[in-house]
Amino acid sequence: MSVSISTLSAGVIIETKSARVSVAAPKGRLSLRTRGDLGVFGSALGVEMPSKIGACVRSGELEVLCLGPDEWTLMLPQDQVASIFDALNAIYEAQPHSLTEVSAREVTFEIEGTHATDLLSIGCPRDIESIPVGEARRTVFDGVTVILWRDASTQFRMDVWNSFAPYLAQTLETGCKEIAAELA
Amino acid sequence: MLLIHCPYCDETLPEAEFTYAGQAHVIRHPEPSSQTDQEWEEFLFIRENVKGDHFERWRHFHGCGRYFNAVRNTVSDKFLTTYKAGAPRPQLSDLKEGGE
Repeated sequence: MSVSISTLSAGVIIETKSARVSVAAPKGRLSLRTRGDLGVFGSALGVEMPSKIGACVRSGELEVLCLGPDEWTLMLPQDQVASIFDALNAIYEAQPHSLTEVSAREVTFEIEGTHATDLLSIGCPRDIESIPVGEARRTVFDGVTVILWRDASTQFRMDVWNSFAPYLAQTLETGCKEIAAELA
Repeated sequence: MLLIHCPYCDETLPEAEFTYAGQAHVIRHPEPSSQTDQEWEEFLFIRENVKGDHFERWRHFHGCGRYFNAVRNTVSDKFLTTYKAGAPRPQLSDLKEGGE
């Protein structure tokens, strides 16, 4: 079981009239790599596995995100991690795969507010508006690889590796203040 | 900024998500021990230096993480096409007729 080592604790980093940036409570994260039959994985996990890169499927508290042709990230409450290992170990012989717990690797930032897309555009070269609501993308933010979920039109989550998190928190804080200052 | 089409994500995305990864279609000999020093040198170090359409590898580093192949004009920086790793090398004449 990996232990959280982030220097950031859950809570609001900054809130202005442009946007609010907060650190989410710790979550379970699993990395799944396989070239096996997705149908079998889907029935073991109780979801329909997404095969389109960026697509996200939710079932109860489990969220499965397709990151690449053979790569998925599973987000779930930490106390359910063991049950996923049990479910997938049972099909290991028939469907070889790699399942790794990476819960403590990343920190989730929650970014929401009327100017959330403007805030993201300070560091992300993608057209944020082109990400469909309900989907996610692995992309880059100010030189750092991040996973960006668009949960609602102006509500995002950003998963950042721990060692980059304080730097990105600072960048988002500055950006939030600057956008708010422009509005004033 | 260049816009590059990732054949795995099927999206056209900013260059900042990608890294360049050298000339494409450099194939390792199936029997490495049969190669002379000269042939090894050519395989390892000798690369084309094309002025014009160049077959090259790119990696969607901040994305799906996949390597893929591309044909880029080294003068204009225009990408003629991108295709999945392992796919056959396209004919340049086909790309130019269908392109623009």
